[in-house]
Amino acid sequence: MNQPLLRRIALTAGAPVAAVAFALTISSLALIVTGNNPIAAFGDMLENASRLETFVDILNAATPLYISGVAAAIGFRMNLFNIGVEGQYLLAGFFAAAVGSAGFIIDLPPPLHVAVILLVAMSVGAAWAGIAGTLKVTRGINEVISTIMLNFIATGGIIAWLILEWKDDSGASASFGTKEIDESGRLPNLNGLLELFTREVSKGRELTSVIFIAILVGVGYHLFINRTRVGFDFRASGYNPMAARAGGVPPKKMVMYAMLLSGAVAGLVGMFEVLSDRYKYGDSFVQGIGFNGIAVALIGRNNPAGIAIGALLFGFLSSSSGILQITGSATPEIVEIMKGIIVLSAVVAYEVVSRIRTRDEAKSAAEATTRMANDQPEEVSA
Amino acid sequence: MTAAIELIGITKRFPGVIANDDVNLTVQRGEIHAICGENGAGKSTLMKMLYGMQSPDEGRMLVDGVEVELSSPSDAIARGIGMVHQHFMLADQLTVLENVILGSEPTNGIGQIDFKAARSHFAEVGESYGLTIEPDDLVETLEVGERQRVEIIKVLFRGAQILILDEPTAVLVPQEVEELFRNMRELKANGATILFIDHKLEEVLEISDSITVLRQGKTIATVDPKDVTAGDLAELMVGSELPTPDTTDSTVTDIVTLDVDGLTVLDDDQRPVVDDVSLRIHQGEIVGIAGVEGNGQHELVSAIIGTLDPASGTVQLNGEDLAHRSVRERREAGVAYVPQDRHVEGLLLEAPLWENTALGHQTQRPFANGIWIDRAGTRERTETIRERYDVRTPNIDVSAHALSGGNQQKLILGREIMSKPDLLIASHPTRGIDVGAQAAVWDHMRTARAEGLATLLISADLDELIGLSDTIVVMFHGKLVATLDPSEVTPRTLGAYMTGASLDGDAGPPDTNGDEEAAS
Repeated sequence: MNQPLLRRIALTAGAPVAAVAFALTISSLALIVTGNNPIAAFGDMLENASRLETFVDILNAATPLYISGVAAAIGFRMNLFNIGVEGQYLLAGFFAAAVGSAGFIIDLPPPLHVAVILLVAMSVGAAWAGIAGTLKVTRGINEVISTIMLNFIATGGIIAWLILEWKDDSGASASFGTKEIDESGRLPNLNGLLELFTREVSKGRELTSVIFIAILVGVGYHLFINRTRVGFDFRASGYNPMAARAGGVPPKKMVMYAMLLSGAVAGLVGMFEVLSDRYKYGDSFVQGIGFNGIAVALIGRNNPAGIAIGALLFGFLSSSSGILQITGSATPEIVEIMKGIIVLSAVVAYEVVSRIRTRDEAKSAAEATTRMANDQPEEVSA
Repeated sequence: MTAAIELIGITKRFPGVIANDDVNLTVQRGEIHAICGENGAGKSTLMKMLYGMQSPDEGRMLVDGVEVELSSPSDAIARGIGMVHQHFMLADQLTVLENVILGSEPTNGIGQIDFKAARSHFAEVGESYGLTIEPDDLVETLEVGERQRVEIIKVLFRGAQILILDEPTAVLVPQEVEELFRNMRELKANGATILFIDHKLEEVLEISDSITVLRQGKTIATVDPKDVTAGDLAELMVGSELPTPDTTDSTVTDIVTLDVDGLTVLDDDQRPVVDDVSLRIHQGEIVGIAGVEGNGQHELVSAIIGTLDPASGTVQLNGEDLAHRSVRERREAGVAYVPQDRHVEGLLLEAPLWENTALGHQTQRPFANGIWIDRAGTRERTETIRERYDVRTPNIDVSAHALSGGNQQKLILGREIMSKPDLLIASHPTRGIDVGAQAAVWDHMRTARAEGLATLLISADLDELIGLSDTIVVMFHGKLVATLDPSEVTPRTLGAYMTGASLDGDAGPPDTNGDEEAAS
């Protein structure tokens, strides 16, 4: 009696477990081929991850990845491929840092100051993604092409030019970048909160409070996409644009909404640097999270909880590359290989599971049809 | 002389439908042979089997007297059979010559394309069949008729002696049709055999040497065009016996629900696909639109539901003009829609049933509550539909694609009727579903009519049209050409109006103005 339920649970859990097992196998092979001992390498990685400081590292790395994953997922839900999260968050981070450190803003009280920075970041991200949306809606230009080009324009063009205009010329630092944001525009770290449960965090690690923003983004995304009317319109368009249209969902408007929303969320990706790490946009501002976010969204199947798991997994892998270098049990590049393999095996595993599920459903529907037909033979003699 | 093609007892089944049922067809070498029949008569399936795109379940195929088994188009081409599809398959940015050789490029020893050989073969083909076209023109600069010629040359270039043309005249303007017919005669004079699908009867009578009529998957007759009139052909296509209309009392009231006036929809080339259509549907009335598919029915429906913007005219629902409102506003105003293809416009196949119930009504109760989707309300409604409309499913969480066509259609019908609309647009509501589900759908539509629903029914199924409709209007070339009483309609008149055939004076003129006809 409980077999279908058990089977469902096994199928749901099966995909990620199979993906990770497969990724571990392939990575082990890669390690053996390169002359390393996989058991030693994985052992080092796990042992490292059990340290409190690494735990903080993982959360700090996962935070922007998660936001970036959600930004990509919003597009994916509508069958839009927003590759421009990268450019959107860099541009947004730059403007947010520039405005946040500008003279006319620094006298604001702390919460307002932070709010202005967040607002600027979201607006810039949305506006930049909105260009791609407008091009798609009015001219039919594929968003993949336009967002890739907008990435280059954002980083190579606008930021490269404006950073010279707005650079920190106080002489305090030798590096390029905006001025640092004042105290009132910074978020405190969460070490105090963490230390309530455990020992003191050492080695200068600070747990970013942007993690709360990430959690809010995740909860908001879940509520929006699964519970609201507009979210339903989104998903309907993603499932079947023609049916959605016949059901009253305006397709062009939905494309615009999706791009704007994805861009606004993307704008928040760089906030952990602006609000809690370096407090500025400098030449070492973190790059590549936009692309990793796409991978994380793929691993998490655009599901808010799934993306979180993907982000933590990627955060764990990133934090492992250091320890592998130190212990010498493997080349740190193996971590990048593992990331790639996990994404690929996740995509394959989900596809396999969804096929099995489709077959199961068709079978049970067919059974229901015959069962009901036998129960009530005169049902359709209308 | 052995026949070019001989089909014996060909049968092809699809789940729930028999597309071809014991079809026999003989095409003599060097003749132009037309295949006529309504949509769904099985013409396309038959041609696809001849071209190796599908294989028959039963029966034998003989080409030039030799029994063959065609499992792919390349098999067919190897046997000298080529097909020109209704929708051209040409690359716009390549030249005529490049398109013609695409996929069968002559190459020299080291694998380079031998354009010289290609060019001379191209010229040979053109000369021997009397087809002229400049090989170096870009395809994107060509007219529709010229593109078609390129497609024909493409087939001949591969050595085809037997040509299948799928509705070749459907995309052409009259002058281009004349040109095509000239080409076809030239091809015939040079030894080619042509098999073509058409349902414009005057054209068929003009060009063909023999005509085979299909109806409901069966070969009805093969006739000589010299012996028949368009009226005779129409009767053969439609069938000699029509179903008797529903005898239940009329529930038609004199309250106008839908009032379409002078509606015109233009296609991309600014040609009218819906041409000055006027139509009224009253409360409790079912108006059925008959017509060969592709005569503007889908565009008419799209303009009423709002997925197409009309060029002119009004669409009034209960006295309020909706012609330029959004789909959602029309839905909210009380327009329900059962689309012609449930997989395209009706369902979210990967979404669970209960979410599918909300589609189209997601702004209204019980599906929505403010800005939120009311999950409990939606699920409850889905359960009600499951019960009342006998949707056979293990639960309402399975994806829509798990259900059979009939159950999917019952879900859609339930969703639309239970939203208490004023107007239901039902496009081919029982297409491709089993007999049991069909009876259920008809029953639900009759009940809704009795409760005052105004229904616009588009159908190719005459049982359905005559059995359900209070009034039948015929659509041809975007116009409403006749208004008929289902209890008095004859196969001859219906067939003639549907195919645009002249009636040799035995009924009213077919080209009356749809305006007054429909409104009367």
